Amino acid sequence: MESRKARIVEIEPVTRVEGHGKVTVHLDEHNNVSEARLHIVEFRGFERFIRGRLLWEVPVIVQRLCGICPVSHHIAAAKAMDMIVGVDQLTPTAEKMRRLMHYGQIMQSNVLHFFHLSSPDLLFGFDAAAKKRNIFEVIKQFPDLAKQGVLMRKYGQEVILHTAGKKIHGTGAIPGGINKNLSLKERDALLVDVDLMMSWAQNAVQVAKNYTLDHLPLVEQFANFKSSHMSLVREDGALDLYHGNLRAVDAAGNIIFDQMDYRDFNDYLMEEVRPWSYMKFPFIKSRGNVDGWYRVGPLARMNTVSFIDTPLANQEFEAFRRFGQGKPVSMTLGYHWARMIEVLHCVEKIKELLHDPDLQGTDLRLKGERREEGIAVIEAPRGSLFHHYKVDENDQVTYCNLIVSTTHNNTAMNRAVTDVAKKYLSGQKTITEKMLNHIEVAVRAYDPCLSCATHALGQMPLVVEVLDAEGKIVDRGSQFAEIETPGLT
Amino acid sequence: MRKKRIATASLAGCFGCHMSLLDIDERIIDLMKVAEFDRSPLNDFKKFTRRCDIGLIEGGCCNEDNVHVLREFRKNCDVLVAVGQCAIMGGLPVMRNAIMHSEDPLRECLDEAYKASPKVMNPENQIPNDPALPLLLDKVYTLVDVVKVDYQIPGCPPSGDVLWTALSALIKGEPPELDWALIKYD
Ligand code: SF4
Repeated sequence: MESRKARIVEIEPVTRVEGHGKVTVHLDEHNNVSEARLHIVEFRGFERFIRGRLLWEVPVIVQRLCGICPVSHHIAAAKAMDMIVGVDQLTPTAEKMRRLMHYGQIMQSNVLHFFHLSSPDLLFGFDAAAKKRNIFEVIKQFPDLAKQGVLMRKYGQEVILHTAGKKIHGTGAIPGGINKNLSLKERDALLVDVDLMMSWAQNAVQVAKNYTLDHLPLVEQFANFKSSHMSLVREDGALDLYHGNLRAVDAAGNIIFDQMDYRDFNDYLMEEVRPWSYMKFPFIKSRGNVDGWYRVGPLARMNTVSFIDTPLANQEFEAFRRFGQGKPVSMTLGYHWARMIEVLHCVEKIKELLHDPDLQGTDLRLKGERREEGIAVIEAPRGSLFHHYKVDENDQVTYCNLIVSTTHNNTAMNRAVTDVAKKYLSGQKTITEKMLNHIEVAVRAYDPCLSCATHALGQMPLVVEVLDAEGKIVDRGSQFAEIETPGLT
Repeated sequence: MRKKRIATASLAGCFGCHMSLLDIDERIIDLMKVAEFDRSPLNDFKKFTRRCDIGLIEGGCCNEDNVHVLREFRKNCDVLVAVGQCAIMGGLPVMRNAIMHSEDPLRECLDEAYKASPKVMNPENQIPNDPALPLLLDKVYTLVDVVKVDYQIPGCPPSGDVLWTALSALIKGEPPELDWALIKYD
């Protein structure tokens, strides 16, 4: 591609992410990147068509937005409905069953992302041949590591099966409680492998940590940018994935707000609509729409919380914070390391819960005084997940607003995409498929769930486009003449 | 015997059917002995590298891109399988097709999501409309509305065991007959 006029390169679909997305890279007449955008290309309309449905149906329906972390939507909706049925504190059995389900979910989702989707980039390099960049090749070349990934995900899915009744789209959580406890048989089945999982989870942290430390020159210059971070924290500042108050810190680690009651989130957060994506752009109101963006998810959580309340994960957390010299770690690829620390935390929590007799309790559900409005926030695998509903006296939903985890990272992902495009594509005569994969690596690190993000409008496979100065699509990433086509095996 | 080639796509679905495919767990190693994946979101083949034996489609069609991908799959796959409720019946996305007392359900959905409000900053008050975004269809269509489909595997999602059973049969070139106990419409 000689320099003639500005154009746009497209990567479509972005692969090895969950859901459907597309990236466009805007090049000027000198082949320099002026901007790159991540687009969410599908739309659902959930917030409108859920109106009129009955409150007990919501936790079961809403999870169908996302088959990657259905439990997150299931639990967030149930938690919002708890508020509507007037239950502020669940029975110990109910809360612990939900937590167990949630830890199983985060474990399987984080493992899936690291092993099944991202590990090919880390093990084979960002510019490995396209036909090699997949889990099947990892199984071939690193059979032991791959097996650990596959079986850790399986374990997480089994925790979900025994708490929700089904591995995907189960029914465990109901307004005011849960619909089953954990039988001794189920408990014993899960106990068999829990120590093995613990040692594999410790190994996974080392793999992710060593990758970061061994590749520092790369990792430190790859989509590394300052930002604010936000997550729930417990009242004592500990990591709590199921419940807590919101804390946000700025790039230097100073508190923006702390212990903010999430039921007031509309006073703190706002979303901006931009014409080129179905996904909105949330920001912290007090900082405005330009500077108010922030990151969520594993990296953000490691940057916001004061400590982790399980010993093995806390040791790793401390190592992570020492690496950042007490300041928030801002490297996009730091997400992988943080994500594996959370897997270890989840396995520790699962083990602790399996030994808790409350899980065999029989007080499953409570009822209280009816309210009109329910708001819930949980920490889903990819970050803070907000559910907000209003329900009338006929039990029908009259209002719904969801801010899903991936949406909070919208600005950050666009920053990452632009940074990497500028670094690897600017001034290049030929844009190769491998260069484009670097952009996808940056997107993937956020583990974007494009299915969730589509709830409003649609769903997106990841795609990269090249546009000319007039905004005409010159070519699509996968269709470049210069791009090598993945060979046949 | 040459390995069977499988292609997969997620259209207007939640990716849960793909996740359920991964619930075959360690059997994936056995699968790799007899089959290989071509175009799929699980790898980086963004288009077909050659003709495939089996195409698995999750989700129905909610935008023009979905229709385009579906037609490509029909063209390039010997056997096309609709996996899950969304592909067969529309699933959750199809809920936007009929909103009570509404002449234009899609418009209502878009307005609800994007119109300026105290919670949404949208100075021009416009619905996302960039050329990079595929056009939404007037309503959500199932696969059979658009192309001929050879088999349907119900469930939301069909479990890993169901998918394993069906896939094993298809790989042998047999129809995926499911024991009644495996057929679930949940
Ligand atoms: S059938 Fe169910 S699991 Fe499959 S894509 Fe549709 S909602 Fe998701």
